Amino acid sequence: MSAETSLAETIPDAARPALLGGVRTHWDKVRGRWFLLAPERAIALDEIGRAILAEADGARSFAEIVDRLAARYDAPRARIAGDARAFLAALIERRMAEARR
Amino acid sequence: MTDTAAQGTPPHDTPAPPMAMLAELTHRCPLACPYCSNPLELIGRKAELGTAQWAGVLRQAAELGVLQLHLSGGEPAARRDLEDITAAASGAGLYTNLITSGVGLTCARVRALAAAGLDHVQLSVQGPDAASADEIGGYRGGFARKLEVALWVGEAGLPLTLNAVMHRRNLDRVDQMIALACELGARRLEVACVQFHGWATLNRGALMPTRAQAARASAAVKAARERLKGVLVIDFVPPDHYARYPKACMGGWGSTGLNVMPDGTVLPCHAAMTIPGLVFERVPERALAEIWRHSAAFNAFRGEAWMQEPCRSCERRHLDRGGCRCQAMALAGDPAATDPTCVKSPLNARLRAAAEADSEAAGTLTYRPAPA
Repeated sequence: MSAETSLAETIPDAARPALLGGVRTHWDKVRGRWFLLAPERAIALDEIGRAILAEADGARSFAEIVDRLAARYDAPRARIAGDARAFLAALIERRMAEARR
Repeated sequence: MTDTAAQGTPPHDTPAPPMAMLAELTHRCPLACPYCSNPLELIGRKAELGTAQWAGVLRQAAELGVLQLHLSGGEPAARRDLEDITAAASGAGLYTNLITSGVGLTCARVRALAAAGLDHVQLSVQGPDAASADEIGGYRGGFARKLEVALWVGEAGLPLTLNAVMHRRNLDRVDQMIALACELGARRLEVACVQFHGWATLNRGALMPTRAQAARASAAVKAARERLKGVLVIDFVPPDHYARYPKACMGGWGSTGLNVMPDGTVLPCHAAMTIPGLVFERVPERALAEIWRHSAAFNAFRGEAWMQEPCRSCERRHLDRGGCRCQAMALAGDPAATDPTCVKSPLNARLRAAAEADSEAAGTLTYRPAPA
Protein backbone atom coordinates (compact mmCIF):
# COMPACT_ATOMS: atom_id res chain seq x y z
CA MET A 1 0.00 0.00 0.00
CA SER A 2 1.45 3.38 -0.98
CA ALA A 3 1.70 6.28 1.47
CA GLU A 4 -0.92 8.18 -0.55
CA THR A 5 -3.45 5.35 -0.43
CA SER A 6 -2.90 5.07 3.30
CA LEU A 7 -3.58 8.81 3.78
CA ALA A 8 -6.72 8.60 1.65
CA GLU A 9 -7.95 5.87 3.97
CA THR A 10 -7.17 7.98 7.04
CA ILE A 11 -9.08 10.93 5.60
CA PRO A 12 -11.55 9.96 2.84
CA ASP A 13 -13.12 12.81 0.85
CA ALA A 14 -16.37 12.54 2.79
CA ALA A 15 -14.76 12.60 6.25
CA ARG A 16 -15.16 15.76 8.32
CA PRO A 17 -11.85 16.66 9.95
CA ALA A 18 -11.68 18.63 13.20
CA LEU A 19 -9.29 19.34 16.02
CA LEU A 20 -9.84 17.24 19.13
CA GLY A 21 -10.99 18.90 22.35
CA GLY A 22 -8.13 20.56 24.20
CA VAL A 23 -6.38 21.44 20.93
CA ARG A 24 -6.70 24.95 19.55
CA THR A 25 -5.12 27.58 17.36
CA HIS A 26 -3.75 30.63 19.11
CA TRP A 27 -2.54 33.99 17.83
CA ASP A 28 0.74 34.70 19.62
CA LYS A 29 0.99 38.45 19.72
CA VAL A 30 4.49 38.36 21.23
CA ARG A 31 6.01 36.37 18.34
CA GLY A 32 3.53 37.65 15.75
CA ARG A 33 2.44 34.22 14.48
CA TRP A 34 -0.13 31.47 14.85
CA PHE A 35 0.45 28.39 16.98
CA LEU A 36 -1.39 25.14 17.42
CA LEU A 37 -1.61 24.47 21.16
CA ALA A 38 -2.08 20.90 22.33
CA PRO A 39 -1.15 18.84 25.40
CA GLU A 40 2.60 19.40 25.94
CA ARG A 41 3.02 20.77 22.42
CA ALA A 42 3.10 24.18 20.77
CA ILE A 43 3.48 23.98 17.00
CA ALA A 44 4.16 27.08 14.91
CA LEU A 45 1.69 27.27 12.02
CA ASP A 46 2.39 28.69 8.60
CA GLU A 47 -0.29 30.42 6.52
CA ILE A 48 -1.47 27.23 4.82
CA GLY A 49 -1.63 25.20 8.05
CA ARG A 50 -3.62 27.94 9.69
CA ALA A 51 -5.97 28.12 6.67
CA ILE A 52 -6.56 24.35 6.69
CA LEU A 53 -7.39 24.34 10.41
CA ALA A 54 -9.69 27.33 10.06
CA GLU A 55 -11.76 25.26 7.59
CA ALA A 56 -11.62 21.97 9.51
CA ASP A 57 -14.60 22.60 11.75
CA GLY A 58 -16.01 19.09 11.94
CA ALA A 59 -18.94 20.07 9.68
CA ARG A 60 -17.28 20.51 6.28
CA SER A 61 -16.12 17.43 4.41
CA PHE A 62 -12.51 17.08 3.38
CA ALA A 63 -13.57 17.54 -0.27
CA GLU A 64 -15.36 20.82 0.54
CA ILE A 65 -12.35 22.08 2.45
CA VAL A 66 -10.10 21.39 -0.53
CA ASP A 67 -12.55 23.15 -2.89
CA ARG A 68 -12.61 26.24 -0.70
CA LEU A 69 -8.83 26.40 -0.28
CA ALA A 70 -8.23 25.80 -3.99
CA ALA A 71 -10.57 28.70 -4.80
CA ARG A 72 -9.11 31.00 -2.21
CA TYR A 73 -5.47 30.40 -3.11
CA ASP A 74 -6.10 29.90 -6.83
CA ALA A 75 -4.03 26.70 -6.62
CA PRO A 76 -4.33 23.27 -8.29
CA ARG A 77 -6.89 21.16 -6.42
CA ALA A 78 -4.68 18.04 -6.42
CA ARG A 79 -1.80 19.86 -4.77
CA ILE A 80 -4.02 21.40 -2.07
CA ALA A 81 -5.59 17.98 -1.42
CA GLY A 82 -2.17 16.36 -1.05
CA ASP A 83 -0.87 19.04 1.33
CA ALA A 84 -4.03 19.15 3.43
CA ARG A 85 -4.23 15.35 3.71
CA ALA A 86 -0.61 15.01 4.83
CA PHE A 87 -0.98 17.86 7.31
CA LEU A 88 -4.21 16.57 8.87
CA ALA A 89 -3.08 12.94 8.89
CA ALA A 90 0.03 13.93 10.87
CA LEU A 91 -2.19 15.68 13.43
CA ILE A 92 -4.47 12.63 13.62
CA GLU A 93 -1.51 10.36 14.23
CA ARG A 94 -0.35 12.68 17.02
CA ARG A 95 -3.83 12.61 18.62
CA MET A 96 -4.53 16.27 17.97
CA ALA A 97 -7.25 15.91 15.33
CA GLU A 98 -9.85 13.43 14.11
CA ALA A 99 -11.63 12.66 10.84
CA ARG A 100 -15.31 12.26 11.67
CA ARG A 101 -17.19 9.76 9.53
CA MET B 1 33.79 25.20 40.46
CA THR B 2 34.43 28.11 38.12
CA ASP B 3 33.38 31.70 38.67
CA THR B 4 31.04 31.62 35.69
CA ALA B 5 28.03 30.62 37.70
CA ALA B 6 28.69 32.92 40.60
CA GLN B 7 29.12 36.07 38.53
CA GLY B 8 26.84 35.37 35.59
CA THR B 9 27.87 36.22 32.06
CA PRO B 10 27.82 39.84 30.93
CA PRO B 11 24.43 41.25 29.91
CA HIS B 12 23.08 38.98 27.24
CA ASP B 13 21.42 39.89 23.98
CA THR B 14 17.70 39.88 24.61
CA PRO B 15 16.82 36.18 24.88
CA ALA B 16 13.89 34.74 22.95
CA PRO B 17 10.74 34.59 25.09
CA PRO B 18 9.99 31.40 27.03
CA MET B 19 7.46 28.93 25.63
CA ALA B 20 6.47 27.24 28.88
CA MET B 21 6.20 27.96 32.58
CA LEU B 22 5.89 25.52 35.45
CA ALA B 23 4.02 27.05 38.39
CA GLU B 24 4.65 25.14 41.61
CA LEU B 25 1.54 26.40 43.38
CA THR B 26 2.38 24.60 46.61
CA HIS B 27 4.85 22.08 47.95
CA ARG B 28 2.17 20.44 50.08
CA CYS B 29 1.31 16.95 48.89
CA PRO B 30 -0.56 13.97 50.34
CA LEU B 31 1.81 11.56 48.61
CA ALA B 32 5.30 10.75 49.86
CA CYS B 33 7.02 9.49 46.71
CA PRO B 34 10.63 8.48 47.35
CA TYR B 35 11.68 10.14 44.05
CA CYS B 36 10.01 13.49 44.75
CA SER B 37 11.46 16.12 42.40
CA ASN B 38 10.73 19.11 44.59
CA PRO B 39 13.78 20.74 46.20
CA LEU B 40 15.26 19.33 49.39
CA GLU B 41 14.12 22.42 51.25
CA LEU B 42 10.38 22.63 50.81
CA ILE B 43 8.43 25.87 51.06
CA GLY B 44 5.72 25.91 53.73
CA ARG B 45 2.13 27.02 53.31
CA LYS B 46 2.64 30.41 54.96
CA ALA B 47 5.17 31.51 52.34
CA GLU B 48 2.97 30.60 49.35
CA LEU B 49 1.84 33.36 46.98
CA GLY B 50 -1.85 34.24 47.28
CA THR B 51 -4.51 33.96 44.58
CA ALA B 52 -4.19 37.54 43.33
CA GLN B 53 -0.39 37.32 43.30
CA TRP B 54 -0.50 34.17 41.18
CA ALA B 55 -3.03 35.79 38.84
CA GLY B 56 -0.62 38.70 38.36
CA VAL B 57 2.31 36.37 37.68
CA LEU B 58 0.26 34.46 35.11
CA ARG B 59 -0.70 37.67 33.27
CA GLN B 60 2.97 38.65 33.23
CA ALA B 61 3.88 35.22 31.87
CA ALA B 62 1.41 35.56 28.99
CA GLU B 63 2.70 39.05 28.18
CA LEU B 64 6.26 37.75 28.18
CA GLY B 65 5.34 35.12 25.58
CA VAL B 66 4.66 31.97 27.61
CA LEU B 67 2.19 29.76 25.69
CA GLN B 68 2.01 26.66 27.87
CA LEU B 69 1.39 26.84 31.60
CA HIS B 70 1.80 23.82 33.85
CA LEU B 71 0.05 24.09 37.20
CA SER B 72 1.99 21.80 39.45
CA GLY B 73 3.23 21.30 42.99
CA GLY B 74 3.46 19.41 45.32
CA GLU B 75 -0.17 18.65 44.70
CA PRO B 76 -1.86 21.70 43.17
CA ALA B 77 -5.29 20.43 44.26
CA ALA B 78 -4.13 21.04 47.84
CA ARG B 79 -4.90 24.69 47.09
CA ARG B 80 -8.55 25.63 47.54
CA ASP B 81 -8.14 28.43 44.99
CA LEU B 82 -6.94 26.15 42.17
CA GLU B 83 -10.14 26.92 40.23
CA ASP B 84 -9.55 30.70 40.54
CA ILE B 85 -5.92 30.37 39.49
CA THR B 86 -7.01 28.26 36.51
CA ALA B 87 -9.55 30.91 35.51
CA ALA B 88 -6.84 33.58 35.73
CA ALA B 89 -4.52 31.49 33.53
CA SER B 90 -7.19 30.82 30.97
CA GLY B 91 -8.23 34.49 31.01
CA ALA B 92 -4.63 35.45 30.25
CA GLY B 93 -4.77 33.22 27.14
CA LEU B 94 -2.42 30.53 28.46
CA TYR B 95 -2.80 26.88 27.45
CA THR B 96 -3.33 25.50 30.92
CA ASN B 97 -2.24 22.03 31.99
CA LEU B 98 -2.88 20.58 35.44
CA ILE B 99 -0.19 18.21 36.71
CA THR B 100 -1.80 16.24 39.52
CA SER B 101 -1.68 13.05 41.53
CA GLY B 102 -5.49 13.19 41.49
CA VAL B 103 -5.67 13.20 45.28
CA GLY B 104 -7.76 16.17 46.39
CA LEU B 105 -9.86 16.27 43.24
CA THR B 106 -13.58 15.46 43.19
CA CYS B 107 -15.99 15.13 40.30
CA ALA B 108 -17.33 18.60 41.10
CA ARG B 109 -13.85 20.13 41.18
CA VAL B 110 -12.89 18.59 37.83
CA ARG B 111 -16.06 20.05 36.33
CA ALA B 112 -15.33 23.43 37.88
CA LEU B 113 -11.77 23.36 36.53
CA ALA B 114 -13.05 22.56 33.04
CA ALA B 115 -15.54 25.43 33.32
CA ALA B 116 -12.70 27.71 34.44
CA GLY B 117 -10.93 27.02 31.15
CA LEU B 118 -8.53 24.20 31.97
CA ASP B 119 -7.14 22.71 28.74
CA HIS B 120 -5.53 19.43 29.76
CA VAL B 121 -4.89 17.13 32.71
CA GLN B 122 -1.69 15.21 33.33
CA LEU B 123 -2.33 12.52 35.91
CA SER B 124 0.59 10.76 37.59
CA VAL B 125 0.52 7.02 38.20
CA GLN B 126 3.03 5.28 40.43
CA GLY B 127 2.34 1.77 39.19
CA PRO B 128 -0.08 -0.26 37.02
CA ASP B 129 -2.02 -1.66 40.00
CA ALA B 130 -3.20 -0.46 43.41
CA ALA B 131 -0.78 -2.46 45.56
CA SER B 132 2.42 -1.38 43.84
CA ALA B 133 1.28 2.17 43.08
CA ASP B 134 0.11 2.91 46.61
CA GLU B 135 3.26 1.44 48.09
CA ILE B 136 5.46 3.82 46.09
CA GLY B 137 3.21 6.83 46.63
CA GLY B 138 2.94 6.08 50.34
CA TYR B 139 -0.79 6.81 50.18
CA ARG B 140 -3.38 4.07 50.45
CA GLY B 141 -6.36 4.56 48.15
CA GLY B 142 -4.40 6.80 45.81
CA PHE B 143 -4.59 4.44 42.85
CA ALA B 144 -8.36 3.97 43.17
CA ARG B 145 -8.80 7.75 43.25
CA LYS B 146 -6.72 8.12 40.08
CA LEU B 147 -9.01 5.75 38.20
CA GLU B 148 -11.98 7.90 39.23
CA VAL B 149 -10.20 11.11 38.29
CA ALA B 150 -9.40 9.74 34.83
CA LEU B 151 -13.08 9.01 34.35
CA TRP B 152 -14.16 12.50 35.50
CA VAL B 153 -11.58 14.13 33.24
CA GLY B 154 -13.00 12.26 30.26
CA GLU B 155 -16.57 13.14 31.23
CA ALA B 156 -15.58 16.80 31.45
CA GLY B 157 -14.29 16.59 27.88
CA LEU B 158 -10.68 17.26 28.85
CA PRO B 159 -7.76 15.45 27.22
CA LEU B 160 -5.78 13.19 29.54
CA THR B 161 -2.10 12.37 29.71
CA LEU B 162 -0.90 9.66 32.04
CA ASN B 163 2.51 10.27 33.56
CA ALA B 164 4.09 7.01 34.66
CA VAL B 165 7.21 7.43 36.75
CA MET B 166 9.41 4.39 36.23
CA HIS B 167 12.24 2.79 38.19
CA ARG B 168 13.63 -0.63 39.02
CA ARG B 169 10.45 -1.79 40.75
CA ASN B 170 8.10 -1.12 37.84
CA LEU B 171 10.15 -0.69 34.68
CA ASP B 172 9.50 -4.29 33.62
CA ARG B 173 5.78 -3.54 33.74
CA VAL B 174 5.83 -0.81 31.12
CA ASP B 175 3.42 -2.80 28.92
CA GLN B 176 0.89 -2.84 31.76
CA MET B 177 1.27 0.93 32.10
CA ILE B 178 0.60 1.29 28.39
CA ALA B 179 -2.48 -0.93 28.67
CA LEU B 180 -3.70 1.15 31.63
CA ALA B 181 -3.30 4.37 29.63
CA CYS B 182 -5.42 2.90 26.83
CA GLU B 183 -8.02 1.63 29.26
CA LEU B 184 -8.33 5.06 30.89
CA GLY B 185 -8.77 6.77 27.51
CA ALA B 186 -5.52 8.74 27.71
CA ARG B 187 -4.31 10.36 24.51
CA ARG B 188 -0.75 10.54 25.72
CA LEU B 189 1.48 8.55 28.03
CA GLU B 190 4.74 9.79 29.44
CA VAL B 191 7.02 6.96 30.48
CA ALA B 192 9.47 8.93 32.58
CA CYS B 193 12.32 7.20 34.32
CA VAL B 194 13.25 8.66 37.69
CA GLN B 195 15.80 11.46 37.61
CA PHE B 196 18.17 10.84 40.47
CA HIS B 197 18.40 14.38 41.80
CA GLY B 198 17.52 15.80 45.22
CA TRP B 199 15.41 13.49 47.36
CA ALA B 200 15.62 10.67 44.79
CA THR B 201 19.38 10.32 45.40
CA LEU B 202 18.50 8.86 48.81
CA ASN B 203 16.75 6.05 46.97
CA ARG B 204 19.29 5.16 44.33
CA GLY B 205 19.87 1.76 45.88
CA ALA B 206 16.14 0.99 45.94
CA LEU B 207 15.10 2.45 42.59
CA MET B 208 18.01 2.53 40.11
CA PRO B 209 16.98 0.37 37.14
CA THR B 210 19.34 -2.17 35.65
CA ARG B 211 20.84 -1.64 32.22
CA ALA B 212 18.93 -4.68 30.93
CA GLN B 213 15.65 -3.26 32.21
CA ALA B 214 16.31 0.04 30.45
CA ALA B 215 16.94 -1.77 27.17
CA ARG B 216 13.80 -3.92 27.52
CA ALA B 217 11.62 -0.90 28.34
CA SER B 218 12.98 1.00 25.37
CA ALA B 219 12.09 -1.89 23.06
CA ALA B 220 8.62 -2.24 24.60
CA VAL B 221 7.90 1.45 24.05
CA LYS B 222 9.10 1.27 20.47
CA ALA B 223 6.81 -1.68 19.71
CA ALA B 224 3.84 -0.05 21.45
CA ARG B 225 4.28 3.19 19.50
CA GLU B 226 3.98 1.27 16.26
CA ARG B 227 1.02 -0.80 17.49
CA LEU B 228 -0.87 2.20 18.90
CA LYS B 229 -0.29 4.75 16.16
CA GLY B 230 -3.19 7.21 16.15
CA VAL B 231 -4.48 5.80 19.47
CA LEU B 232 -1.86 6.67 22.09
CA VAL B 233 1.16 8.95 21.82
CA ILE B 234 4.03 7.76 24.01
CA ASP B 235 6.87 9.99 25.19
CA PHE B 236 9.78 8.11 26.71
CA VAL B 237 12.40 9.56 29.04
CA PRO B 238 15.01 6.80 29.38
CA PRO B 239 17.27 6.51 32.41
CA ASP B 240 20.06 8.88 31.44
CA HIS B 241 22.73 7.04 33.41
CA TYR B 242 22.70 4.40 30.66
CA ALA B 243 22.35 6.79 27.72
CA ARG B 244 25.23 7.72 25.42
CA TYR B 245 24.60 11.43 25.42
CA PRO B 246 22.89 13.74 27.91
CA LYS B 247 19.48 15.31 27.47
CA ALA B 248 19.20 18.99 26.58
CA CYS B 249 17.76 19.72 29.99
CA MET B 250 14.93 22.27 29.80
CA GLY B 251 15.80 22.56 26.09
CA GLY B 252 18.76 24.65 27.23
CA TRP B 253 19.14 26.80 30.35
CA GLY B 254 17.07 29.99 30.11
CA SER B 255 16.05 29.23 26.54
CA THR B 256 12.62 27.64 26.57
CA GLY B 257 11.09 27.45 30.01
CA LEU B 258 11.04 28.76 33.53
CA ASN B 259 9.83 27.59 36.89
CA VAL B 260 8.12 29.56 39.65
CA MET B 261 8.27 28.19 43.20
CA PRO B 262 5.37 28.48 45.68
CA ASP B 263 6.88 31.65 47.20
CA GLY B 264 7.45 33.32 43.82
CA THR B 265 11.14 32.46 43.41
CA VAL B 266 11.84 32.17 39.68
CA LEU B 267 14.19 29.40 38.54
CA PRO B 268 15.59 28.31 35.17
CA CYS B 269 14.72 24.72 36.17
CA HIS B 270 13.16 23.07 39.19
CA ALA B 271 16.49 21.88 40.61
CA ALA B 272 18.47 25.08 39.97
CA MET B 273 18.71 25.88 43.68
CA THR B 274 21.21 23.04 44.05
CA ILE B 275 23.78 25.20 42.24
CA PRO B 276 25.63 27.33 44.77
CA GLY B 277 26.47 30.93 43.96
CA LEU B 278 23.37 31.65 41.90
CA VAL B 279 21.01 34.31 43.23
CA PHE B 280 17.36 33.76 42.36
CA GLU B 281 14.89 36.62 42.31
CA ARG B 282 11.23 36.63 43.14
CA VAL B 283 7.96 37.78 41.69
CA PRO B 284 6.12 39.95 42.39
CA GLU B 285 9.03 42.01 43.79
CA ARG B 286 10.69 42.01 40.37
CA ALA B 287 8.87 41.74 37.04
CA LEU B 288 8.95 38.29 35.48
CA ALA B 289 10.21 39.70 32.15
CA GLU B 290 13.13 41.44 33.87
CA ILE B 291 14.09 38.26 35.70
CA TRP B 292 13.92 36.27 32.46
CA ARG B 293 15.97 38.78 30.48
CA HIS B 294 18.41 40.24 32.95
CA SER B 295 18.92 38.15 36.08
CA ALA B 296 22.45 36.77 36.50
CA ALA B 297 21.09 33.32 37.33
CA PHE B 298 19.24 33.06 33.99
CA ASN B 299 22.23 34.41 32.07
CA ALA B 300 24.73 32.13 33.82
CA PHE B 301 24.42 29.24 31.36
CA ARG B 302 22.81 30.86 28.32
CA GLY B 303 24.58 30.50 25.02
CA GLU B 304 27.89 28.62 24.90
CA ALA B 305 30.45 30.99 26.42
CA TRP B 306 30.31 29.16 29.77
CA MET B 307 31.14 25.77 28.26
CA GLN B 308 34.37 23.92 28.99
CA GLU B 309 35.98 21.10 27.07
CA PRO B 310 34.85 18.60 25.88
CA CYS B 311 31.58 20.57 25.31
CA ARG B 312 33.17 23.73 23.90
CA SER B 313 34.42 22.06 20.71
CA CYS B 314 31.83 19.26 20.56
CA GLU B 315 29.70 18.97 17.43
CA ARG B 316 26.70 18.06 19.60
CA ARG B 317 26.79 21.18 21.75
CA HIS B 318 23.86 22.80 19.87
CA LEU B 319 21.81 19.63 20.38
CA ASP B 320 22.27 18.89 24.06
CA ARG B 321 23.86 22.13 25.31
CA GLY B 322 26.17 20.19 27.55
CA GLY B 323 23.29 18.41 29.30
CA CYS B 324 21.94 19.16 32.75
CA ARG B 325 23.69 21.87 34.80
CA CYS B 326 22.31 20.54 38.07
CA GLN B 327 23.55 17.04 37.31
CA ALA B 328 26.98 18.46 36.46
CA MET B 329 26.94 20.19 39.85
CA ALA B 330 25.79 17.10 41.71
CA LEU B 331 28.13 14.60 40.08
CA ALA B 332 31.12 16.65 38.92
CA GLY B 333 31.01 19.37 41.58
CA ASP B 334 31.03 22.01 38.84
CA PRO B 335 27.87 23.35 37.16
CA ALA B 336 29.84 24.32 34.03
CA ALA B 337 31.27 20.81 33.56
CA THR B 338 30.06 18.37 30.93
CA ASP B 339 27.06 16.44 32.26
CA PRO B 340 28.66 13.17 33.45
CA THR B 341 25.92 11.17 31.69
CA CYS B 342 27.78 12.02 28.45
CA VAL B 343 30.23 9.39 27.19
CA LYS B 344 32.72 12.19 26.57
CA SER B 345 32.78 13.20 30.24
CA PRO B 346 35.86 11.98 32.10
CA LEU B 347 33.49 10.97 34.92
CA ASN B 348 31.21 8.86 32.71
CA ALA B 349 32.79 5.46 33.45
CA ARG B 350 32.52 6.10 37.18
CA LEU B 351 28.89 7.25 36.83
CA ARG B 352 27.93 4.12 34.93
CA ALA B 353 29.69 1.86 37.39
CA ALA B 354 27.92 3.55 40.29
CA ALA B 355 24.54 3.21 38.55
CA GLU B 356 25.16 -0.46 37.86
CA ALA B 357 26.23 -1.07 41.46
CA ASP B 358 23.11 0.72 42.76
CA SER B 359 20.91 -1.25 40.39
CA GLU B 360 22.07 -4.45 42.15
CA ALA B 361 21.72 -3.01 45.67
CA ALA B 362 18.93 -4.01 48.04
CA GLY B 363 17.95 -0.55 49.22
CA THR B 364 14.81 0.24 51.18
CA LEU B 365 12.52 3.16 50.34
CA THR B 366 13.03 6.49 52.09
CA TYR B 367 9.72 8.35 51.79
CA ARG B 368 9.40 12.08 51.46
CA PRO B 369 7.74 13.85 54.38
CA ALA B 370 5.38 16.75 53.58
CA PRO B 371 6.27 20.35 54.50
CA ALA B 372 4.63 22.23 57.37
